[in-house]
Amino acid sequence: MRGATHARWAACAAAAALAATACGGGDSDTGGSGDTGAVLSSSWGDPQNPLEPANTNEVQGGKVLDMIFRSLKKYDPETGKAEDMLAEKIDTSDSQNFTVTIKDGWTFSNGEKVTAKSFVDAWNYGASLKNNQKNAYFFGYIEGYDKTHPAKGKQSADTLSGLKVVDDRTFTVKLSQKFSTFPDTLGYPAFAPLPRAFFDDHDAWVKKPVGNGPYTVDSYTKGSQMSLRAWDGYPGPDKAQNGGVDLKVYTDNNTAYTDLMAGNLDLVDDVPAAQLKNVKSDLGDRYINTPAGIIQTLSFPFYDEAWNKAGTEKVRTGLSRAINREQITETIFQKTRTPATDWTSPVLGEDGGFKEGLCGDACEYDADAAKKLIKEGGGLPGGQVKITYNTDTGSHREWVDAVCNSINNALDNDKACVGNPIGTFADFRNQITDEKMPGPFRAGWQMDYPLIQNFLQPLYYTNASSNDGKWTNKEFDQLVDEANAETDTATAVEKFQQAEEVLRDDMGAIPLWYQNGSAGYSDRLSNVKLNPFSVPVYNEIKVG
Amino acid sequence: MGRYVVRRLLQMIPVFVGATLLIFLMVNVMGDPIAGLCGERQCDPSTAAQLEKEFGLDKPVWQQYLTYMGNVFTGDFGTAFNGQEVTELMATAFPVTIRLTIVAILFEIVIGITLGVITGLRRGRPVDTSVLMFTLVVISVPTFVTGLLLQLLLGVEWGWIKPSVSAEATFGELIVPGLVLASVSLAYVTRLTRTSIAENKRSDYVRTAVAKGLPRRRVITRHLLRNSLIPVVTFIGTDIGALMGGAIVTERIFNIHGVGYQLYQGILRQNTQTVVGFVTVLVLVFLVANLIVDLLYAVLDPRIRYA
Repeated sequence: MRGATHARWAACAAAAALAATACGGGDSDTGGSGDTGAVLSSSWGDPQNPLEPANTNEVQGGKVLDMIFRSLKKYDPETGKAEDMLAEKIDTSDSQNFTVTIKDGWTFSNGEKVTAKSFVDAWNYGASLKNNQKNAYFFGYIEGYDKTHPAKGKQSADTLSGLKVVDDRTFTVKLSQKFSTFPDTLGYPAFAPLPRAFFDDHDAWVKKPVGNGPYTVDSYTKGSQMSLRAWDGYPGPDKAQNGGVDLKVYTDNNTAYTDLMAGNLDLVDDVPAAQLKNVKSDLGDRYINTPAGIIQTLSFPFYDEAWNKAGTEKVRTGLSRAINREQITETIFQKTRTPATDWTSPVLGEDGGFKEGLCGDACEYDADAAKKLIKEGGGLPGGQVKITYNTDTGSHREWVDAVCNSINNALDNDKACVGNPIGTFADFRNQITDEKMPGPFRAGWQMDYPLIQNFLQPLYYTNASSNDGKWTNKEFDQLVDEANAETDTATAVEKFQQAEEVLRDDMGAIPLWYQNGSAGYSDRLSNVKLNPFSVPVYNEIKVG
Repeated sequence: MGRYVVRRLLQMIPVFVGATLLIFLMVNVMGDPIAGLCGERQCDPSTAAQLEKEFGLDKPVWQQYLTYMGNVFTGDFGTAFNGQEVTELMATAFPVTIRLTIVAILFEIVIGITLGVITGLRRGRPVDTSVLMFTLVVISVPTFVTGLLLQLLLGVEWGWIKPSVSAEATFGELIVPGLVLASVSLAYVTRLTRTSIAENKRSDYVRTAVAKGLPRRRVITRHLLRNSLIPVVTFIGTDIGALMGGAIVTERIFNIHGVGYQLYQGILRQNTQTVVGFVTVLVLVFLVANLIVDLLYAVLDPRIRYA
């Protein structure tokens, strides 16, 4: 393994040069087998937006925020349960007014204390229209959001009226509606506290972000590399088990994979589809493939009369039954996807609302039943379905073609289904927003927080932010409202599942498969895990 | 000569305006770039409106173009969606790509012309045939195949090089990528030189030079090669622009963060400012390289005069 030794030498040199940390086990107080001073390298993509917590809505920027910030809550990397981090307690008596108490002793890495004000200022910043924060809608449940972020025109307030600082460690939150699981959403990076430096010298902060997480940003060259180092003074319980992480930007995940093979890189968290066949023989047990909170579905254009008539639910169910999910996930995705049997994700766990088989027959492949259902529903609108997708990301062409083949075979009709490729993701989103979809279209959902609510409300509630198909159903809305008002989690989950059944009976979207997160790593590393957001749990990785 | 240069420089203006306008329109036709910024969901309308205003996308296209050109002349190429100045992106990307291009051009000149001269002088011999065969193979195999193959062999199997180039992208690291980038052009340069040499070998002035009793080395370098280089220089000159803009494939394979990378990302994210800015600079490079080539003709062949 010449490659591997080479990498070890390089990493030691880098660690010595950049952080002046001991290499080769110089630390005498290292626990276990790992070298807490050693730095690992990991593949990265250039974040799309500036690295502000309320402005980062994709995985690459999220990776960094996950390392340099800690919020009131943190999602357990294994179970996905929201657990108190900075929060000492979050009290409510009516699911609408919350009192948040922060633990003592937390500081930002520049020494500033984390106070109630750090949170309130950060949230006000995120919710304020003039700051162009793309995650602003996260604050939409807080009272006063319609003033700081009106749907039209100028904002009439700069701060949310629902947020009040009581003292250094306490603040209150008033929501505009009942939302019992609100505290569980607070692990999302958008809710992170921000130091004064963020507001005082914003440009400098964005160039080199300062947070309160287990890592600090050592250097950041936009578009090519970010070096993060473990923060010795980190007060939290989840201290970094390694000396730091070098995130390297790769334009092509194939190159990252090649670098891993050559011992030039330690961790690749996006194994390219073309390599899935070889990954087992290349890496053996250094390849992980675990469920992530991502579900892929096919949505329908309900604004189009042809898909919204009575009886078309049979056509939609028929299409669902014409898709051989088992075969496609096995041959195209090499089992990195699991056939979906409900509209949520296995990462929620049964208590969280995941219910295997909720979709029942409607998601089972049966060519005869499919044919019958589509015939009963009045046949395919226009005699053909066009599945719209974008070609620039995520190898969608392969599976759309496979889905179409499956439908064509099931219906014994070569022209029943064709793909409708669109060049770029931006254009694809445009046409969806302009309601120009000619038929079913690809819809992917990566959860914001591991709650069943997040898999249903934003996607299927009438006029919700991500209800791209404009599906609408009174009964569904009613059940979601009831579930949100429910204080008992188990009852709330049950209500959500009832809503899901309504969705199933109308087949508002066809669930296809749950997506797994996959990663491969070099033999220097151990204890590598992916969290439910398919981001590596960097602080637990051991090097050496 | 001076007037010729001035005329050529003036001719560049319409070419420059036309090229930027075309690029600007093409990127705009692709639709609203804001929609791609919010992940798999619709941007909330008020934020989207605010962003459009900030990037000037709410104005008609002609007005956007005029504002943009106005800014370009003051050195402001706008801001990319990730909040970085396009000039800042250029400052990091162009040095890398220029280094890569220099390595590639050096390969073309050194290996291409040497092989061309050798084969041109030994026409029909085994050396000639084998080099011809070799160039044929290089030309017919696409760059990404050569690139991936070399990366796998040298980088993974034999461990001679690192499969990817680091952020610093030093000359040493760029040797293999430069060779890959140059490979096809290199083969063309070899063939062009070979034909040209073979043709001129029979010309009167070479025979005269030989008859004068000049040493063989001097005949070849001063008389034969100098006259044979005109088509080769034309080719290499135009190739500079092509190499800089066309390095997308090579830059992706070796993870080089140069112009190709920025352009690729700009196109995917429909970032008008980045794409138009980089293409504008590439157009300028191309025009200037062409001018230099034309001026070099006079150096190579004193019979050529400019008026």
